[in-house]
Amino acid sequence: MSPPVKLLGTFSSGFSRRAEAALRLKGVPYELIQEDLSNKSELLLMHNPIHKKVPVLLHGDRAVCESLVIVEYIDEAFDGPPLLPIDPFDRATARFWARFIDDKCSTSFWLSLWTEGEVQKGFVKEFKQNLALLETQIKGKRFFGGDTVGYLDIAASGIAHWLPVFEEVASVRLVTDAEYPDLCRWAKEYTSHETIKESLPEREKLLAIFTAKKDFFMSTVKSMVPK
Amino acid sequence: MVPASASLHCHDTRSLTGTEAKMAEQVKLIGSSNSPFVHRAAVALRLKGVPYEFIREDMSNKSELLLKHNPVHKKVPVLLHGDRAVCESLVIVEYVDEAFDGGPPLLPADPYDRATARFWAHFLEEKCLKSLWPALWTEGEVQEAAMKEARENLALVEEQLREKRFFGGDSIGLADIAGAGLLGHWVGVLEEVAGVRVLSDKEHPALRRWAAEYLANEAVKECLPDRDQLLSHFSAIRDKCVSVAKSMLPK
Repeated sequence: MSPPVKLLGTFSSGFSRRAEAALRLKGVPYELIQEDLSNKSELLLMHNPIHKKVPVLLHGDRAVCESLVIVEYIDEAFDGPPLLPIDPFDRATARFWARFIDDKCSTSFWLSLWTEGEVQKGFVKEFKQNLALLETQIKGKRFFGGDTVGYLDIAASGIAHWLPVFEEVASVRLVTDAEYPDLCRWAKEYTSHETIKESLPEREKLLAIFTAKKDFFMSTVKSMVPK
Repeated sequence: MVPASASLHCHDTRSLTGTEAKMAEQVKLIGSSNSPFVHRAAVALRLKGVPYEFIREDMSNKSELLLKHNPVHKKVPVLLHGDRAVCESLVIVEYVDEAFDGGPPLLPADPYDRATARFWAHFLEEKCLKSLWPALWTEGEVQEAAMKEARENLALVEEQLREKRFFGGDSIGLADIAGAGLLGHWVGVLEEVAGVRVLSDKEHPALRRWAAEYLANEAVKECLPDRDQLLSHFSAIRDKCVSVAKSMLPK
């Protein structure tokens, strides 16, 4: 019998919820250990000494860190429907776009939310270009993974569920049905998916948490905006 | 399958036989001569014994071929396999490992070991490389802070390498391909051009040993640009290196 699975995570972290989505899709039972990131536990510091971040997957005596590394681990270590495609090229494509989302999209999105004036206009333009590229990837497909939810859908989950909440907190509207019909259609399908929706934090609670942290979010961009 | 030791660098049009039709389709690598990222892709192909045609790109005048096959980033390397284009060096390395049967696996078989390899490849790419650049090319207090971070990251890598020959175990794997060429060959050149020392025998003996083992590998040697060529290249673009480093800094 497989050793027990525990996940160190938080309520609101999209990265933490990626791991939960993967575990649920594979049908792997797990114990969620809620971390207080303002007061990190010994368990977290011991198992992720390098980054000291969530999520951390504990599988028996193994600790796996980094959300997308965890998703691939879950796919490979447990039986159940595959999260990554079978074909090597489709796998490479999924990995490429997941990196694109994490490296390009999320940064330009964050900077679009919390900057102002001309600087903000620049980041918004960049983010919209990134979104347009993602729109081409989902066009004509139910999910990024095809007929079933997969790795890239999980990687993009921030766009489906967290992005609209951030938009509301920042009073910025970036993703509209008119401009991104396929992405918006995907977001509805993804967030209403029977298994996925169980892994998502309630919107109203997220809104309350993020509203309370608005000043902090605005302060983070100061260290991010390049000279 | 043609052996890796054969000279297969450019314009090899030997036809391949094999049961796997996809594997037999022609492989091309679009790259530039001085890029450590292109080197990663080339190493993966050579370790797996995959013959390929190298298409040298002039990055100051990007070709239609590059722009067509990497419209998102417009960067090298790009791997062309039949009608497929794969971009991003570490994505290419995993693709080569999965699409071709020959040669030793570049990732281990065990899922946990694979996760560990991916973690360290990602660390070398995201943390080490990104902290090294400002450490080399900025000045004063800014450089001191960047250097401190770079050295902390390198110390973590050093610690890992005390216990292992390669991140991949006995043979070169994903994480080694991600970092050994950069830290063992390119960084020495960059240190010379920048006039800054980051690595030392005294502080990084395991790292030095690991890099030396990597650089001694035949497949690696075949696609490693000559040190003098690199020195000349980076000396010529020193100003650009400095401005890129500045653009990475916060306001």
